[in-house]
Amino acid sequence: MDSNHRCEKLSLAKLERKSIQYRKNVLSMIKKANAGHTGGDLSCVDILNVLYNYVLNVSPENFMDLDRDRYIHSKGHSVEALYTVLADRGFFPSEELDTLNQFQSHFVGHPTRKVFGVEHNTGALGHGLSVSVGVALAGKMDGRSYRVYTLLGDGELQEGSNWEASMSAAHFGLDNLVVTVDRNTLQITGRTEEVSSLEPLADKFTAFGYAVRTVNGNDVAALVEIFDQAPFEKGKPSLILARTTKGKGVSFIEDQANWHHRIPTDEELTAALTELQAAEEARQVQDGTR
Amino acid sequence: MELGRPNLEVFADTLLELGQQNKELLVVTSDSRGSGKLVSFGQKLPGQIVEVGIAEQNLVGISAGLASTGKIVFAVSPASFLTARALEQIKNDVAYSDIPVKVVGISAGVSYGALGSTHHSLHDFAALQAVNNIDIIAPADNFETREVIKAALTYPRPIYIRFGRKPMYHLHKRGTAFEIGKAIILKSGSDVTFIATGETVSRAVIACVLLEEQGISCGVVSMHTLKPLDEGIVLDAARGSRAIITVEEHSVHGGLGSLCASLLLQRGLCNPFKIIGIPDEYTVTGSQVEIFEYYGITPEGLAQTACQLLEEETFK
Repeated sequence: MDSNHRCEKLSLAKLERKSIQYRKNVLSMIKKANAGHTGGDLSCVDILNVLYNYVLNVSPENFMDLDRDRYIHSKGHSVEALYTVLADRGFFPSEELDTLNQFQSHFVGHPTRKVFGVEHNTGALGHGLSVSVGVALAGKMDGRSYRVYTLLGDGELQEGSNWEASMSAAHFGLDNLVVTVDRNTLQITGRTEEVSSLEPLADKFTAFGYAVRTVNGNDVAALVEIFDQAPFEKGKPSLILARTTKGKGVSFIEDQANWHHRIPTDEELTAALTELQAAEEARQVQDGTR
Repeated sequence: MELGRPNLEVFADTLLELGQQNKELLVVTSDSRGSGKLVSFGQKLPGQIVEVGIAEQNLVGISAGLASTGKIVFAVSPASFLTARALEQIKNDVAYSDIPVKVVGISAGVSYGALGSTHHSLHDFAALQAVNNIDIIAPADNFETREVIKAALTYPRPIYIRFGRKPMYHLHKRGTAFEIGKAIILKSGSDVTFIATGETVSRAVIACVLLEEQGISCGVVSMHTLKPLDEGIVLDAARGSRAIITVEEHSVHGGLGSLCASLLLQRGLCNPFKIIGIPDEYTVTGSQVEIFEYYGITPEGLAQTACQLLEEETFK
């Protein structure tokens, strides 16, 4: 671990293996809890992986430091992915996740600050960006070096509060704010473009004053590269339009609206874990570790 | 009683004074620095005021973010918009997230009476009563306003403070103690006690004088804190007084009256009881004074209500 409390910056090969492991953990957790947002969790795993294992200057040891980077999980329904990554980073023992959604467990179905490592309570959509703007603004006021990262769902962008917050992010010139949109094109009812069109999203964000980049949000190498480039422009908030596949990593879950919060059957879980195991082994062969 | 200044001005002056002493204090406004009398604050402490434009949801969210870093944040906006439009942000980003933002509703109640119900906040007590982990304060006069703003500075919990914009009578003697959650007994009486909050307290005090002239022993409690309610004082008033009348610049539903009724009934105290506020109807418009007159929130109206209540009790 370096002096900045980042996790030792992992090699791409290790990061890619972690993504596969995280997907297995997420599915097992959802199955055990009999609840969870399967599709959205799997679409954002790679983003959270790269953030917590490569980008963020945050760790259990520095979590109370004023200069730590902040991550605010605005798409709070994808909490199982966040819990998985936080456990892996040592914020709490992974066994605690066995209590997910149980009576009086701190591991609620949306993030809360009762869980060590969570910065802000989220779950209702359209809240995280304004809060992130506030944290980033405080950093600017105090001349602190931290950056603020937040992840929004694409369906979440239908909440008007995001656009109020976007105006402020640009108005205050918050180049310490990095917003990522998990653009998997699906929401619970169907395609975002059929429910309430979002496109042209990049143009909208550009018009609102962000410096915008588009990336394959399920490609760990591409994510590393894009986060390394942030902030994209001095004096502007950065926005990463991460094109993802909902349910990524499991063929029969991918790109299906009905997997928004569907729980796998026993057979489906076995099939999913088998598919992910095969992917992991293939990855090991490719890396020469198998 | 001597007429003082608008609570709004006292709030602004107190905030400026505190802001000059503490650079971590921030005021966040939604194009509301003029209506909040915060122009001077902005001029003297430009680094401590954050303007978010006409966007109340964003105002509360940004305030929560700022406060989460340790800033002392007063989020200031007209009560009508702040507690309706941004209710979910108050509920989730402040109360549920347990971030001690000081949510300040200016021009509350029917302060903007002539502007119509869009600008009335007759729902804010009711809405926030049902939100867990946020306290509610409505100061009655300049003293209570100054004291609650000072207390809010170090108050560890989320808090909502609301007041109006008209000059208020001074109600308290020098040396009166102020503590959030502790009501202030202005006068004790054995026939009827007014439990009032915010800008209606002075009306209850004058009503008391009118009633005393008729030989009716009358008490007044300034219930500046609605949540947590000072239950002891309400119970004492009910035990020491034949009748209880609550008075508030709020809907008769879900505010101070509902709180007191609920408490008294659950403790088995069934005094003659009346809730005075704004009834559930298409609210009239006009100045605060005119609306108060229409709904009997005047010294004369309150005295008349008290007499009727006592009379009804006598003939039961």
